[in-house]
Amino acid sequence: MADASSQDRAAASSTAPTRRALYEAGVRRRANRIALISTLSVIVAIFVLVPLAPGWEAVQKSFFNGRVFAATFPGLLDAFVLNVMIFAWSAPLIALTGLAIALCRDARAPALFPLRLFGIAYTDIFRGLPVVLVIYIIGFGVPGLGLPRPWNSPYIWGTLALVLVYSAYVAEVIRSGIDSIHQSQRSAAASLGLSDRDTMRYVVLPQAIRNVVPANMNLFIALQKDVALLSFIGPVEVFRQAGVYKSLYANFTPYVGAALIFLALTIPATRYADYLMNKQNKARR
Amino acid sequence: MSAKLSLRGVRKRFGDHEVCKGIDLEVAEGEMVCLIGASGSGKSTLLRCMNLLEPIDDGSIWLDGVDISEPGLNRQPVRQKIGIVFQSYNLFPHMTAAENVMLAPRRVKGQTRDALRPRVEALFTRFGLGDRMEHYPDQLSGGQQQRVAIIRALAMQPEIMLFDEITSALDPELVGEVLDVLRDLRAEGMTMVLATHEMGFARELADKVCFLDAGRILEQAPPEALFSNPREPRTKAFLARVL
Ligand SMILES: Nc1ncnc2c1ncn2[C@@H]1O[C@H](COP(=O)(O)OP(=O)(O)OP(=O)(O)O)[C@@H](O)[C@H]1O
Ligand SMILES: [Mg+2]
Repeated sequence: MADASSQDRAAASSTAPTRRALYEAGVRRRANRIALISTLSVIVAIFVLVPLAPGWEAVQKSFFNGRVFAATFPGLLDAFVLNVMIFAWSAPLIALTGLAIALCRDARAPALFPLRLFGIAYTDIFRGLPVVLVIYIIGFGVPGLGLPRPWNSPYIWGTLALVLVYSAYVAEVIRSGIDSIHQSQRSAAASLGLSDRDTMRYVVLPQAIRNVVPANMNLFIALQKDVALLSFIGPVEVFRQAGVYKSLYANFTPYVGAALIFLALTIPATRYADYLMNKQNKARR
Repeated sequence: MSAKLSLRGVRKRFGDHEVCKGIDLEVAEGEMVCLIGASGSGKSTLLRCMNLLEPIDDGSIWLDGVDISEPGLNRQPVRQKIGIVFQSYNLFPHMTAAENVMLAPRRVKGQTRDALRPRVEALFTRFGLGDRMEHYPDQLSGGQQQRVAIIRALAMQPEIMLFDEITSALDPELVGEVLDVLRDLRAEGMTMVLATHEMGFARELADKVCFLDAGRILEQAPPEALFSNPREPRTKAFLARVL
C-alpha cells in the first residue's frame, strides 16, 4: 500500500513541473530573450553601417557579385568533388599510418628500439614542417625523378605529403590517448595472464581511441581545408578552380563561393566534434 | 610438506622507500592466510609481488617448489595460476561484465565463447549476478563490480587467489555474501591470501593471520592465538586500535 502511494507521488512529480523547474524555465526564457535582442542589434548595425563605408560599393562589386556567383558556383561545386575525393582516400591512410606510428613510439622491447627511434624522428620532422613545404618538396621533387606514368601523378605525391604530415599529428593524439589510460588497467590485464600485445589490443587501445575521437575529428577538419594546398602542385580542386574563374571574370566572388562551400562542411563538423568533446568531459566528471 | 607458495626474505623498494624488508611467509595448499596491518604497512605491495605485478629486489618466491621470482622468467604462466582481485575492481570499462570475464580465458587459454558460456553463467549465478552479465561496469554498483572482478579472476581457474581488501567498498549485506563465497572457495581447496581491515573476517576464516608492520611480518599465528594473545607490543597496540 505504502509502495503504491509513493509510486503515485513519483509519477506526479515527473509530469507536473516543480517550483524549481518553473523558476529555472523563467530564468532561461529571460536569458534567451536578452541574447536574441543583443544578437539582432549587432547584425542590424553591421548591415546598416558597413554599406556606409566609402569603399563598400567597390568591394560589393568585386566580392559579392550575384551574377558572377550564379555563373561560377556550380563549377566550384564540381571542383569540390575532387577535394572530397582526395580527403576520402587520404583520411583512412592517415588514420592507419598514425596508429602504426603511435604503436612504434610505444614499443618497449629493446629489439624494437629502432622502431621507437623511427617513430620519434617521424613525428618530430613532420610536425616541425609547414604543410605547404612538404607538399612542394614531395609534389615537385619526386615527379622530377622522371618516373613513368602513373607514378608521376601529383595526386599520388600530394596525397603522400598530406598523409605524412597529418599522420604525425594523429600519432601524437593517439599516443596521448594511450598515456591517459590508467596503469591499473594494464595491471588488471597482466594479472589475468594477458600478454603485452593483447593488453594493448583489447584493453588499452579501444579505450584510448575512444577518448581521442573528438581531438582526431578536429585534425580531420583541418585536413579537409588543407586539401586545397594541393592546388599548388596541379590538381584543379575548388580553390584552384576559383582562381581560374577569378581571372576569367576579373572578379573575386568565386573565392567567396569557395569559402561558403568549405564552411558548409567544416562548421557542422566542428560543432559535432565540440559536442562529442563536451559529452566526454561531462561523462568524466 | 613443501608449501604451495613460499616467500623467503622478500625485499621490495620504491626509490628510497623500502616497503618490504625481508618477508618470510609460507602458504600451504588449501590454506587461507590473512594479512593485517596499518594502512601503508605494505599489504597491497606484498600481494602484487606474489603474482609478479611488481618485481622484487631481493629474496625469492616459490610456487610448487619452483622459484618464480627468477629475473627474466616468463611471468604469464605464473599469473595464470595466481589470480588477484583489487581494492578498486579495475574492470575494463569498455566491455560488458561477461566480456570482462571471458577476455582472458579466450585470449590466453584459447577457449571459445561458446565453450566458456555455461561455466561463466554458472559463476555469475552463484554470485547473484545472473541478470547482469550484459551490463557495462558503469551500470553496476560497486559491490556488483567487485563480484564481477572476482568472477573474472576465477574464470582463469587459478590455483591461488589473492584478495586485496575486496570488501572495503561493499555494502554490509554484500560482505556477508562474499564471505560465504570465500568459505565455498576454501572448501573447494582454494589457496587464498587476503589483505583485510576486517578483523572479524580474519578471525572467522583464516588458518593463519600475519601482522605486517612497516614492511615486516612482526607476528604470525592462528587467529585465536594472535587476536586473543598477541606477543608483540606493536601487535597489541594495533589490535587495540581496530578491535
Ligand atoms: N608504485 C609505488 N610507488 C611508490 N611508492 C609506493 C608504490 N606503491 C606503494 N607505495 C608505497 O608503499 C607503501 C605501502 O603501500 P601499500 O599499498 O602496500 O600499503 P597497504 O598496507 O596496502 O595500505 P592500505 O591498507 O592503505 O591499502 C606506502 O607507503 C606507499 O606509499
Ligand atoms: Mg592496500
